[in-house]
Amino acid sequence: MGVNTEYKNHIKALLENNTTFSRSADKPVIFVGAGTCGLACGAASSEEAIKSALESNGIDAEIIDVGCVGYCEVEPIVDVKLPGKPRVTFFQVDNSQAKQIVETYIKNGSLEGLNVLAQYKDETAEPIEGVEEINQITFFKKQMKIVLENCGVINPTSLEEYISRGGFKSFARLLKEYTPERVIDDVLKSGLRGRGGGGFPTGKKWQFAAVQKNPHKYVICNADEGDPGAFMDRSVLEGDPYRVIEGMMTAGFAIGADAGYVYIRAEYPLAIAHLEEAMDKLEQAGLLGDNILDTDFSFKLKIKKGAGAFVCGEETALIASIEGKRGMPRYRPPYPAVSGLWGYPTIINNVETYANIPSIFRMGAENFAKIGTAGSKGTKVFALSGNIKNNGLVEVPMGITLREIIFDIAGGIAKEKKYKAVQIGGPSGGCIPEQHLDISIDYESLKQVGAMMGSGGLVVMDEDACMVDVARYFMDFIQKESCGKCIPCREGTKRLLEILTRITTSAKFMSEMERLERFGGIVYMNRLAQSIKDTALCGLGQTAANPVLSTLKYFKDEYEEHIYNNRCPAGLCSGMTDYKIIAEKCRGCGLCKIKCPNNAIVGERKHVHYIIADRCIGCGACHVACKFDAVEQVKEGVASEN
Amino acid sequence: MKLKETPQNIEEILGNYPQKLRSDLIPILQDVQELQGYISQDAIKQISGYLDLPTSKIFGVATFYNQFRLNPPGRHLVQVCRGTACHVKGSAKLLESLERELGIKAAQTTKDRRYTIEVVACMGACSIAPVICVDGNYHGRLDVKDLPAILEQYE
Ligand SMILES: Cc1cc2nc3c(=O)[nH]c(=O)nc-3n(C[C@H](O)[C@H](O)[C@H](O)COP(=O)(O)O)c2cc1C
Ligand code: FES
Repeated sequence: MGVNTEYKNHIKALLENNTTFSRSADKPVIFVGAGTCGLACGAASSEEAIKSALESNGIDAEIIDVGCVGYCEVEPIVDVKLPGKPRVTFFQVDNSQAKQIVETYIKNGSLEGLNVLAQYKDETAEPIEGVEEINQITFFKKQMKIVLENCGVINPTSLEEYISRGGFKSFARLLKEYTPERVIDDVLKSGLRGRGGGGFPTGKKWQFAAVQKNPHKYVICNADEGDPGAFMDRSVLEGDPYRVIEGMMTAGFAIGADAGYVYIRAEYPLAIAHLEEAMDKLEQAGLLGDNILDTDFSFKLKIKKGAGAFVCGEETALIASIEGKRGMPRYRPPYPAVSGLWGYPTIINNVETYANIPSIFRMGAENFAKIGTAGSKGTKVFALSGNIKNNGLVEVPMGITLREIIFDIAGGIAKEKKYKAVQIGGPSGGCIPEQHLDISIDYESLKQVGAMMGSGGLVVMDEDACMVDVARYFMDFIQKESCGKCIPCREGTKRLLEILTRITTSAKFMSEMERLERFGGIVYMNRLAQSIKDTALCGLGQTAANPVLSTLKYFKDEYEEHIYNNRCPAGLCSGMTDYKIIAEKCRGCGLCKIKCPNNAIVGERKHVHYIIADRCIGCGACHVACKFDAVEQVKEGVASEN
Repeated sequence: MKLKETPQNIEEILGNYPQKLRSDLIPILQDVQELQGYISQDAIKQISGYLDLPTSKIFGVATFYNQFRLNPPGRHLVQVCRGTACHVKGSAKLLESLERELGIKAAQTTKDRRYTIEVVACMGACSIAPVICVDGNYHGRLDVKDLPAILEQYE
């Protein structure tokens, strides 16, 4: 591609505040939340509806696709900024709502009958009466946006707009005025710790790499985000890619690297596209490549697409994968900071870690260090999902409690059910029960209750969840993703899965021997979990048993119900649920009988059918098949088999 | 947006990697899969010759990563999310029922080549869990009873 002189001068003028970026002030601007989550909710078709409504009403407007603001529950989200008015956010904008927004608000200036969520604060315009400010609505009130400050607000691929929000300005300054040591010093002072899970002090990591005497060093951004139930990194890359690149370049300058890689999941095509576009523009502006901003600093960036292996999130496996090999971790030391990609000193940080860097230099390390707790500084982004009212992406200051996140921001448990647990930290983390909801969110406190910060997935479970099933789910995941290099992980997780599968399977059809094994396994489980933890090669195995250990610790009664009474209290575990046919509803169509894989249903056509309990394997096929809702799960009082 | 020409055959793909590096292997495999929908034996042999790597190594890499398919998929790819959020909202039952409905297991293709079921971990659409994705179209907040109607849409 290369440098485009005209564009370069234009960007330079922006950086030096000689010109400012502004959007056309005389026509409506429409912002469509078009992150992956928004698109999944139908944002593309809403946008089409807006376009055609604009056209048929003869309105000239600018439409901008933005990233995700985080309030995924009410997507598709569309913002409208009319000339002289503050920006207004609309929620659940389906096609008909989209049309109404154009005809009622854009054309006639009225908000009557529209799904209005909030308005933005605007110095240049009078606030609209009766509409709440966006930072004041419940979902956003307790949040503190640093990493996500631009997500869903700006055009993610516009370099001009990123700069107008302060981007690259402090970087331009530090490139000319700071020494690399001073950059590292500031990162150390900020107290920033890695957001990818481990929580290692970022400044220290950079220091290790900086002291290596090697003409060639690498900076890698870990955007593998393999933790199922987490989508923070995706949102940041989709909604504000320049921020991550600026963070990486700062790291490159600090450690003396001249090249970087972004290792990103192939499942994130939109994030990849935005990154590519951002890199392209930076190259044209002379902000990536040789002699950046006419200094001695050169930095090249490449994207590597992951190929779907969870273990590749581990840093040494990630390096192997970039090198074109099977992504298997290796023993550390040497750490990548000493010997990494192709043997050169390499630092690997998470997307969110890099995304924090520009803010540290913009607000000053001291001010950054004022946010959070003694040992954990700044904010953390969490992906909230599960059985809560408000799903979405939130950024909160460290030190907030889980209760505040779940009950204030997320609005509590959906459908008025009771809270049971929250899973934090993904497959390496744990489940936190009600009694620990008031601990503060920081690296140390979470460890104390048997969980970990992890990358930021928070999956909330209500009373209907089965905790043994959750443990089994994670073990199944880990066992499939184990790379097979070390025996404790390869064999151990398989054995643990077998044990958990036996516990979550009804003993109804088991032989005496199998029943004995079912009991025997439990006795071993704790010991096995411990020895995997002590002997596995990499973090995957070392933390694999955490979901089991934490559920065993807090939800022992559920394990006992499964083992001794052959009963799943939540009615979830297949085979531990009984079904019954409600005689009044059954029309005798016989569909259930045809679908039953074990011939457990009897009945004549046009007469009520029955399930033979002894034959029933509890698969639920009849329940799904029945068109009259006549098959029902029996939750309480399942006959004990043992 | 950069307009990259999509390669029409394997030779063109290989031509895009003139340095013939080992680190080009995964990108090449990704391009091949995009072109063919899977990675054929012939492709592995061609790559092997080009990069001067034993086919066993390439097979080793291709089988290590979940993304790569070694069998051609059916006309419609049904991806079922088995991430945590979807699990909590009942994706196991969804998958079970889908497998029963189509008479195949995950990673298999129906005899008439109409559907292939694939299990993926988190599509990043956790807020509308449970999610399935057919040919790139997301279907969220699903119940097992919705499945037949969705499958019908894909001939
Ligand atoms: C099995 C496993 C999976 C991991 N997955 C990720 C991941 O998806 N994203 C990530 O940033 N870090 C992941 N990590 C942590 C990385 O190894 C590494 O510690 C991290 O990228 C360092 O960046 P940080 O210091 O900024 O957190 C994983 C670690 C293990 C053991
Ligand atoms: S868990 Fe299914 S989309 Fe994230």
